[in-house]
Amino acid sequence: MYRSAVYDEPLLNELEEKRNNTYTPVDVLPSSLQRKEKINIPDLDETQVIRHFFRLSQMNFGIDSGMYPLGSCTMKYNPRICEEISRWDSFAMTHPYQDESTIQGNLQIMYELEQLFCEITGMDCFTLQPAAGSQGEFTGLLLTQAYHESHHDFERNEIILPDTSHGTNPASATMAGYKIIEIPSTKEGTVDLEILKKTLSSNTACFMLTNPNTLGIFESDIEEIAKIVHKAGALLYYDGANINAIMGKARPGDMGFDIVHLNLHKTFSTPHGGGGPGAGPIGVKKKLETFLPIPRITKKRDIYYLNHDYPKSIGKIKAFYGNFSVLLKAYIYILLMGGDGLKESSEIAVLNANYMKKKLVDSEKYDLPYKELRKHEFVLSCERLYKEKGIRALDIAKRLLDYGLHPPTIYFPLIVKEALMIEPTESESKRTLDEYIKALIRIADENTDIVKNAPSNTSVRRVDEAGAIKNPILTWKSL
Amino acid sequence: MKFIPNSIIKESMLKEIGLHTIDELFSDIPKKIRINNLNLPDGVSQQEVEKRLRELGKKNQSFYEMPSFLGGGIKPHYIPAAVKSIIARSEFYTSYTPYQPEASQGFLQAMFEYQSMIAEITGMDVANASLYDGATALGEAALMCNRIKKRKTFVIPKNISKDKKCILKNYTKGAGLTIKEIAYDTKTGKIDLDDLKKNIDDDTTGVYIENPNFFGVFEDDVDEISSLVKEKQAVFVVGVDPIALGITKNPGKYNADIVIGEGRSLGNPMDFGGSGLGIFSCKHEFIRQIPGRIIGLTEDSDGKRAFCMTMQTREQHIRRGRATSNICTNEGLCALAAVAFLSWLGGSGLEKLGRINFEKGQRLAKKITSIHGFEKVFCGVHFNEFVIQCPDAAKLHKKLLSNGIQGGLILDDIFPELKSSMLFGVTEIYSDESIEKLVSILKEGT
Repeated sequence: MYRSAVYDEPLLNELEEKRNNTYTPVDVLPSSLQRKEKINIPDLDETQVIRHFFRLSQMNFGIDSGMYPLGSCTMKYNPRICEEISRWDSFAMTHPYQDESTIQGNLQIMYELEQLFCEITGMDCFTLQPAAGSQGEFTGLLLTQAYHESHHDFERNEIILPDTSHGTNPASATMAGYKIIEIPSTKEGTVDLEILKKTLSSNTACFMLTNPNTLGIFESDIEEIAKIVHKAGALLYYDGANINAIMGKARPGDMGFDIVHLNLHKTFSTPHGGGGPGAGPIGVKKKLETFLPIPRITKKRDIYYLNHDYPKSIGKIKAFYGNFSVLLKAYIYILLMGGDGLKESSEIAVLNANYMKKKLVDSEKYDLPYKELRKHEFVLSCERLYKEKGIRALDIAKRLLDYGLHPPTIYFPLIVKEALMIEPTESESKRTLDEYIKALIRIADENTDIVKNAPSNTSVRRVDEAGAIKNPILTWKSL
Repeated sequence: MKFIPNSIIKESMLKEIGLHTIDELFSDIPKKIRINNLNLPDGVSQQEVEKRLRELGKKNQSFYEMPSFLGGGIKPHYIPAAVKSIIARSEFYTSYTPYQPEASQGFLQAMFEYQSMIAEITGMDVANASLYDGATALGEAALMCNRIKKRKTFVIPKNISKDKKCILKNYTKGAGLTIKEIAYDTKTGKIDLDDLKKNIDDDTTGVYIENPNFFGVFEDDVDEISSLVKEKQAVFVVGVDPIALGITKNPGKYNADIVIGEGRSLGNPMDFGGSGLGIFSCKHEFIRQIPGRIIGLTEDSDGKRAFCMTMQTREQHIRRGRATSNICTNEGLCALAAVAFLSWLGGSGLEKLGRINFEKGQRLAKKITSIHGFEKVFCGVHFNEFVIQCPDAAKLHKKLLSNGIQGGLILDDIFPELKSSMLFGVTEIYSDESIEKLVSILKEGT
């Protein structure tokens, strides 16, 4: 049985042995700006700092600890070589404003990475600037705006999304100033063409779609969808969170998408870092190229340039040129994998998901609403367990932790009740998949009290999240 | 080695679930759009990749091969080995956003400590667990002002970076905000108080200043600026360099409502401009309006201290179109580096670091201005960056470059009125040798 390390590790400020309270102000500073007292940050020795963070790390679960099948998050193995190279001084110690002649290596990497993404997605050009998927979406919507405005079309103030869309899609649309229209999915869990047709109008700026969608279902009507969206004068946006399902099998560019974002911290194996940094490059079709953020990377006689000369560009979305350290890791990953490796990643990611799905459905403990064939992820419902035994998706998630397995995404997409959204990725061995399947089946038969009181093998037991909201303690000063 | 363990048993796995070929798994993709292969080279070995990357690395000049004196908000700082070793723990870096608090106590506690330290140095009550960078933090701050005070004008100094202005415009376009720029005093380099007075009115949702500002100059009329903003009941946003907070009073002391900044200097490398760390903190009364993740302290079912993400109803995964921001992935690992860095330094260390940076800034400016033809453009007290007018900035840049030095940032493009000027920057990491080398080449003239 799994056991997490348990330390009653004090907060950093509780570790301080003795406080030196004397402070000598810097006298040449203007008096109105003088600091008058000590900064209230504990003075510790390196030995204390290292032990503290070492202990904290042991109370944290990462992909290296075990399977981490968060749906739509693509938690795959992060190759060590990418980490190591990204820390070399020749990359990490370069300044974004250095003379172009002294950063040819960085520019070449970015230039080539754009080309690689064009081939993988079937798009015409890329920008690497957005810092994460949701910033990519926001960028894509600014491009949408610029595109329609350039056609003197100022009426298009609506974005259409399916009810299975990621939460960032509507949030990005709101930030870009759009009205959101959410359309219900069919019984099959896919876009309802009739409803989409009725919803599209001369007010539609863009239809945002994830394909395969968040149920893991490929939208087989995609060519028809593209046709009717374009007929209405709107653009088609591809949320690339799920592209790990189709590399080397199909490309959003060929499906008719106009704008695509990629999550490099998902599909291209850069670490999630406990929540970032990520990168969310945007690819577009030729007709949108002129609006892409600046600077663009251009190449002339084997020399690379940061080109700002795009007067119709939307400008900038993030300082400098994007999260370069993340871009670099993705570049290394693609070189390692090659076209053959990326294709096989998708094949095995889909195989692993369908293997798990089949075994779990066959167990008859969980239900699979909607269509049978899934891509890289699938969404089970434990509604039956809830009705019969009072066990909820949340309880199953917590109990999985006792087995040393990270739970799937739960309660998403919203159209599945008591949803468990499982994305195993290609990184997991059959042995691990079997272990996960076994644990899920076993939990369904376990004593309700045990499941509802889980976890007990983690560094803390079930956390009172409601209490944290009721009485917000957000810094140690509030203690 | 492709990181795909089931590659060798795919046939038997297919068989086990009643399939024969991989293609059957993709039968739902219409034939017309199906492809057989990516038109990319096959993968290569790790050894080969490392070799290629070494070649590419040689096409760059890193700080250690070519010291750069570029100002403009990003400079190299010393990163202790302890910090590098902490963020290299893969329990941290291979984890995701801590949706399951019971399995993520380590990262959550570290982020709670990060928030506590950021709140302490900025003088605010709360901080979030990071945004992308200082520039996008400004965009988010402007939107937050608009949520707090439903007015339509956001006021900024004219002398902030070009990137920030452009990002701000893009972030606030959807909310329909107008951006108003305040002139700087051409003598001091500080904000022009008269112009500020003229431009704050009943339509002002928020006012942003930077301290030190883009020219490296400290804004010392902060109490006056603060009262001007408060008089019109606008929200007061201050952008900081966390290292400078080692020696200056924090913006909480001059009644800022929101404090933002670029936190890269706290334990993170330059990384060619990314990844950055967006610092975001504010007064307690505004916590429901904050963008991004926030970590709270609570208890587990045994009554033991525990941590979790909190107030998630502000966020996109719950609130969707009505969220305070679309941010999901943030800069977690950069924030971890920052908290590790600050705890390694301690309060005393941050004070010392601030002082060293201040003194190095003064010394370098003095050395440069002692050369004939090199003048400091602004008389305001500066931190570790400063603007120098020199005989022919473009020519000088080339000369320095040919001698293996990257000079200051040429400002002509951004501020055409500052003809032939360079924004120089220096930190604790610059060796005396590189400073002497810079000065001696400047002395030679162009």
